[in-house]
Amino acid sequence: MANRFSIKHQPGFTTIAATCFIVLYLPIVVLVIYAFNAATSTSEWGGFSFKWFQSAWQNTQVIDATLRSFQIGAIAAMFSTIFATMAALATTRTAPYPGLTFKYAAINQPLMVPEIVTGVALLIFFSRIKIFTGYSGLGYLIAAHTAFCIPFAYLPIRARLENMDLTLERAAADLYATPWRTFRRITLPLLWPGILAGLMLAFVISLDDVVITEFVKSGGQDTLPTYMLGQIRRGITPEINAISTVFLLLSVAIVTLFFFISRKRD
Amino acid sequence: MPDKPDRNAIEVVKVSKIFGSGEGQVAALDTVSVSIRENEFFTLLGPSGCGKTTLLRLIAGFDFPTAGEILLYGQDIAPLPPFKRPVNTVFQSYALFPHMTVAENIGFGLEMLGKPKAEIKARVDAMLKLVKMEALSARRTSQISGGQQQRVALARALAPQPKVLLLDEPLSALDYKLRKEMQIELKRLQHETGITFIFVTHDQEEALTMSDRIAVMSSGKILQVGSPRDIYDRPSERFVADFIGESNFLKAEVVGVSGGRATVKLSSGTEIPASLPEGLVPQGKVTIVVRPEHAQLSAANSGASLSGMVENIVYLGTDTHFHLRLADGEPFIVRRQNSRGTGDGIVQGGKVGILIGGDAAQVLKD
Repeated sequence: MANRFSIKHQPGFTTIAATCFIVLYLPIVVLVIYAFNAATSTSEWGGFSFKWFQSAWQNTQVIDATLRSFQIGAIAAMFSTIFATMAALATTRTAPYPGLTFKYAAINQPLMVPEIVTGVALLIFFSRIKIFTGYSGLGYLIAAHTAFCIPFAYLPIRARLENMDLTLERAAADLYATPWRTFRRITLPLLWPGILAGLMLAFVISLDDVVITEFVKSGGQDTLPTYMLGQIRRGITPEINAISTVFLLLSVAIVTLFFFISRKRD
Repeated sequence: MPDKPDRNAIEVVKVSKIFGSGEGQVAALDTVSVSIRENEFFTLLGPSGCGKTTLLRLIAGFDFPTAGEILLYGQDIAPLPPFKRPVNTVFQSYALFPHMTVAENIGFGLEMLGKPKAEIKARVDAMLKLVKMEALSARRTSQISGGQQQRVALARALAPQPKVLLLDEPLSALDYKLRKEMQIELKRLQHETGITFIFVTHDQEEALTMSDRIAVMSSGKILQVGSPRDIYDRPSERFVADFIGESNFLKAEVVGVSGGRATVKLSSGTEIPASLPEGLVPQGKVTIVVRPEHAQLSAANSGASLSGMVENIVYLGTDTHFHLRLADGEPFIVRRQNSRGTGDGIVQGGKVGILIGGDAAQVLKD
C-alpha cells in the first residue's frame, strides 16, 4: 500500500482529530446557542429570543467599553505596526551582524515574558508617571497595548520581507530611485499584505487583552473584556453570551476580510 | 558597424575587493585594471567565483571597492551610490517589479529621473517597439513568458539611455533555442543603440559569438583581454586555453626568439615556429598550445612535426575527432572537418604523422 505511512491511515487518527475539534468548538457552539436563550440562566434553555442582544445594545456600559476597546485597539495596532515595520526592515535589510539575535529576542520579548509580570511592571511604572504628570487618560492603555502588540505585527511583516527578493530594491536603485523612493515605490507596495496582516493581528490581540489592561486601566477605563470579567463576578446572564457572540462574529469577519484582501494582492 | 574610437567608457584602475576580515578574508578582485571602450560589446568571461560578477557589481554601485578607482568617462564613480550612476543593469533574475505593468516597468527609470510624462510615454513606446513587445505593454510581468521578461528587463535598462549597460548572465535562464535568438537580438540592440555593453557570462561560446572584446578572468584576476579571435588563437596562459575551446598542450624548449616569435623544439626533436604572448621573452622549457583544428594529419610520417598512434576516431557529422597518443605518451587531439567520400587510410591503431603549421602553435606564459 502506497500510503501506508500516511498519518491519515493511522489507527485512532480520526478519533483524536474529532475529539480535538469537539473540545475546541463545542463550548463556543453552546455559548452561541445560549445567547438566544429567553431565560435568565446560561445553562437552562427557556425558549428562543433576541432579548439579550437588545439588552446588551441598550447597556451604555457595554457600548462604552466596546468603543473604548476599538479606540485603544485601532490606535495601538497602528502604532505597533509602524514600529514593527521599521523593526522588520532594520532586521532583514542588512547583512547579519553581531547582536542581531539579541535584537530579535528584544523585539519578541512580550511573547516570552509572562503577561502578569509586564502588567505589574507597567502598573508601577505608570503610577510614577501619573504622579509626576497628573495625566490619567487612555494614553497609558494605548502605550501598553502598543508595546505588547509589536511582536504580533512584526512576525508577518518580517516573514513577508524575508520572502521578498532583494534584487528588486537593487534594481530600483539602479534605475535612479533614491532609497526613500525605492521604499515608497517598491518595498512598501510589495510589503503591504504583510503590513495588513500585522495590523489585523495586532488589533485582534489588543481587543482580546485582559491581564495587562486589568493592571494598567484607571477607574472607568474598562475595555470590553475587562467589563465582561467584572460582570461575571457579579453573576452571569446570557447578555454575556450575546456580547461574546457579537465579538466572535466580528473577529471572524475581520479575519475573513483580511484573507480576501491578501489573496487579491498576491 | 559603428566605428569604435579609442575613447574609454569605463576604466577600472587597480581595483581590489576583499570580503571578510582577518584569517577568513577573501580577495574577490585582486588589483584588477581594464579599460572598456565606448560603444564596445565587452565580455567578462570566467568560471563561477572568478570575480566577474563582483566587478560588475562594483561598476553598478551595489558594492564598493576596497581599493582602486572606477572611472566613467574620466570621472571616478566608485564612491557614488547606484542611483547616481548613469549605468543600468540587466539582472540575471530580471528583477522586474511584479506590481507594475510591462510599460510601467520600462518607464520606471525615466520617472525616477523626473522626465515629463509625454517624454516617458514616447520613450516607453519606442522601447516596446525596439524589443518587439508593443502588444503586451499593459500586461503584468507575471503574465508573460521568460523570454518576454528578458526583453522587458532589457528595455527597462535601456530606456534611460545609460552610458553603459551591464548584463549579468542575462541569458542563463533561457532554453537553448531562445538563448541563441537572444544572442543575436542583444547584438542587434547594441548596434542600434550604440551603448557600451558589459556582459558577464561563464559560457565561452556566448562570449565568442557576441563580444567585440573579451576579458578572461580567474581567481580575482584578469588573465587576458582581447578580441574573440585573439583569445581563441593566441591564449596567453594555460587557463585561458583550457577554459575556451579544446587544446593540446605540448612540452617544448625555446631555441630562439626573434621579432615577437619563437622557434621551439618539440619532444620529437622537430623545431617549429610559435607565436608569443605580448611582452613575453621565453627561455628554456615552455608549454605550447595547439588547437585541435590547427593541426593536420598525414598517413605518412615524413615531414611531420610529431608522430602518434590513433587511439580512437570519433565521427561527429560535421567533423571527426582523432584521439592520438604521442611517442612520449602525451594525448593529442586533431579535429578535421568532414567532406564526402574521403578514405585516407587513417584507421584506429594505426601510426600517423601530425603537422603543426607555421602559425598553429602559441607559447604560454605558464
